[in-house]
Amino acid sequence: MNRDRLRRLGFALLAPVSAFAFAVLISSLALWASGNDPFTAWREMLAYANDTRRMISIVNRAIPLYISALAVGFAFKMNLFNIGVEGQYQLAALMAAAVGASVDLPGPIHVLLILVVAMGVGAGWAGIAGVLKAYRGVHEVIATIMLNAIVTTGLLAYLLGNYLRDRSETQILKTHDLPASGRMPSLNRPLAAIGIDVPQGANLQGFLVIAILLGVAFYVVVSRTRFGYDLRASGVNPWAALASGVHPKGMIVKTMLISGALAGLVGMSQLLGFFGRYHQDFPTGLGFAGIAVALLGRNHPAGMAVSALLFGFLSTSAQILDLRDIPKEIIDILQATVLLSVVVSYELVRRLVAASEVKAAAAATAGAATQPAAAALSEEGDR
Amino acid sequence: MEPPAVELRGIAKRFPGVIANDDVDLVVRTGEVHAIVGENGAGKSTLMKILYGMQAPDEGTILVDGAEVSFRSPKDAIAAGIGMVHQHFMLADNLTVLENVVLGLEPKRGLALDRASARARIVELGERYGMVIDPDTLVEHLGVGERQRVEILKVLYRGARILILDEPTAVLVPQEVEELFASLAELKSQGVTVIFISHKLDEVLQIADSITVIRAGRTVGTTEPAATTARELAEMMVGSELPKPDTQGSTVTETVELELDGVTLEETGRTVIDGVSMRVRRGEVVGIAGVEGNGQTELVDIILGLQAPTSGRVLLGGEDITQASTRWRRNQGVGYIPADRQRHGLLLPSPLWENAMLGHQDVVPFSRGPWVNRRGARVRTAQIAEDFDVRTPGVDVPAHALSGGNQQKLIVGREMAAEPKLLVAGHPTRGIDVGAQAAVWTQLREARSKGLAVLLVSADLEELIGLSDTLLVMYRGRIVAELDPQTVTPQELGSYMTGAAA
Repeated sequence: MNRDRLRRLGFALLAPVSAFAFAVLISSLALWASGNDPFTAWREMLAYANDTRRMISIVNRAIPLYISALAVGFAFKMNLFNIGVEGQYQLAALMAAAVGASVDLPGPIHVLLILVVAMGVGAGWAGIAGVLKAYRGVHEVIATIMLNAIVTTGLLAYLLGNYLRDRSETQILKTHDLPASGRMPSLNRPLAAIGIDVPQGANLQGFLVIAILLGVAFYVVVSRTRFGYDLRASGVNPWAALASGVHPKGMIVKTMLISGALAGLVGMSQLLGFFGRYHQDFPTGLGFAGIAVALLGRNHPAGMAVSALLFGFLSTSAQILDLRDIPKEIIDILQATVLLSVVVSYELVRRLVAASEVKAAAAATAGAATQPAAAALSEEGDR
Repeated sequence: MEPPAVELRGIAKRFPGVIANDDVDLVVRTGEVHAIVGENGAGKSTLMKILYGMQAPDEGTILVDGAEVSFRSPKDAIAAGIGMVHQHFMLADNLTVLENVVLGLEPKRGLALDRASARARIVELGERYGMVIDPDTLVEHLGVGERQRVEILKVLYRGARILILDEPTAVLVPQEVEELFASLAELKSQGVTVIFISHKLDEVLQIADSITVIRAGRTVGTTEPAATTARELAEMMVGSELPKPDTQGSTVTETVELELDGVTLEETGRTVIDGVSMRVRRGEVVGIAGVEGNGQTELVDIILGLQAPTSGRVLLGGEDITQASTRWRRNQGVGYIPADRQRHGLLLPSPLWENAMLGHQDVVPFSRGPWVNRRGARVRTAQIAEDFDVRTPGVDVPAHALSGGNQQKLIVGREMAAEPKLLVAGHPTRGIDVGAQAAVWTQLREARSKGLAVLLVSADLEELIGLSDTLLVMYRGRIVAELDPQTVTPQELGSYMTGAAA
């Protein structure tokens, strides 16, 4: 049993690890071809990351990527492709920032309210795609892409410019600042308590705790609850799930609502822990990056955590490359190659594993193939 | 004397821990239809994979037309004139017959497909072998029997003179089987050698010139239809007597478990089910006979709540459940053995214990409140595997690793273990071997005697007659006859099924 599990874990790791190794190889070739020494580049990046301040930066960057991946991965579990995390989190961040700045509540409740608003807005926006899919047959990829377009090309600027703007500020377009009770404390003090010196100006975002809790909740809901079972069954075989009593339309809507609620939290670590307001330069692209993180992490909460940290490391360490006159676009090449090769390697590993499982099952049930059948027959005859 | 088309001598193939083939001998004469019969897992498929170059034998020799060959891939086999038609068709629906046939071997004119020469060749092949089919029809518009003809044409187009057909009749309705057999006779008269894998013994007796029986990876013997009977063949296959599907004494009670009242289903202006009223009482097996496509599938869907009827009522234990959800019905004790087990009954990549809880995910021991009870599910799955003879190394093995017969036994097991009130079973023994079939029949009878109401939809007349207390015939969405299985003859049934007696 234990060996069996170990073997399965090995298989699970085989695909992402080999995909990553392949991507490193390709990027090294690209570096080498452009006249740079790949070994120097990788060594510089690793050396750069080996520093408390930058490690904190890596984790801070990984938090929104991880939550974005959870949102995408949850929908993936029932074969729904929520490309709309991008629009969902941006709209949610704007609305949550505006609502948060307009009320004054005691600390934890204030933060909670902001999170609830963010989740509600994200869920609502994703829910539109869910309802369209379930009741009008509109493919969720089309619907979420269009919903993204609505948010990013017009809705955000319209709402911010006309209704939610902080008019006292004439230079930049932003919401009112969150009061202190609506901010989230950093984890610097707990870090200091366990003996890690946090350098001046670095802050490990408190939202990390929530991200970890979300990861645990993701695992529990997907793997340990009846709802999660129905969700996975619908993803594996929607017809069989239907016959087993899963209501497919309800399932689609629920899944999109949950995925959207998670998406709503993507911008929260930066809103609550860094900016304290929504403004023109609020980070974009986290929703699309989350798709990549989910893909590499195989929609598994632990795998996605590793892959979010990896992406966080790459974007943090990319900064050193410029200083060393190495084109930092190499990071884009690396990330793109990881994505392409991970898709291929999953398929290869899937076939490999399937073949080995069939063989193992045959081996384990070997011996007199027809004997039990004959026994059933003679039992029949005796009757 | 002409050498045999195919001769296999002492073929052995071992997988780690399994001997799939152990000293198989086979002689197929040129221009004959040679049937290979055996239970699931007897080694038929492995043997054909070896002959078709998909696997290399560990021992033994293969001779084609008297010359020893060694195939490294199906390409080599095709070059030697061997072609295979798989049970599951491999056709592109959105291409025409012509395009499918030439796919991968297109005659070119410049860079373009030379349609004229391809068409000429296909028409010529079709005429020579009596398999006329319009080369310009899209495959998606073809029926199952026609698709199979396209597959055969594909193989012939590649120059095959030796044709391997893997359970070709499993997917066909009776008329299509007749057409296939006519085609095979035509092929034979043109000198094509056909190797026909099946476990439908009456068909084998009808079409084959020679029959080789394989059991547990060994050749049991070769015989001819004239010299044997289905019963003898079955005995050779399983090594003991063939089960007789007879009901011993009626267990039918007066309590009606399922009642349909004027159920009608209209789909895009077509009446698929037309005013069906029927009752299934506790302890009764009601069989529904009919050629596929006469409304049986939709009837099952309506009973399970997968589809809502246009009008009419469905009652379970006297309660109107027409509007009830599938989940509610399943939790009320409606068991379901789907006709297409892989599509409607299994989560192939998921472990067995997750498959065993499919359709029972709300019920102890599979779940507790909102939680999945993994330990309970595993224990119950192991119990099902033991009680229903599902041969598996464990409950964490994915369902796709099991053979078809074992998958079916798992489905039957999980439904029976839940002790349903009503069991809706579609083709419960389709594609499984004689031994497993007997076991399923036994289980159904036992459950019936304990008061289970069974609605049995099957294409296997022997199964229907053997198991049913009441036999209904469906034709064009109506129940056209209610027959007594004790006295009905296959001829009588057949005439109702085809509408001849209506």
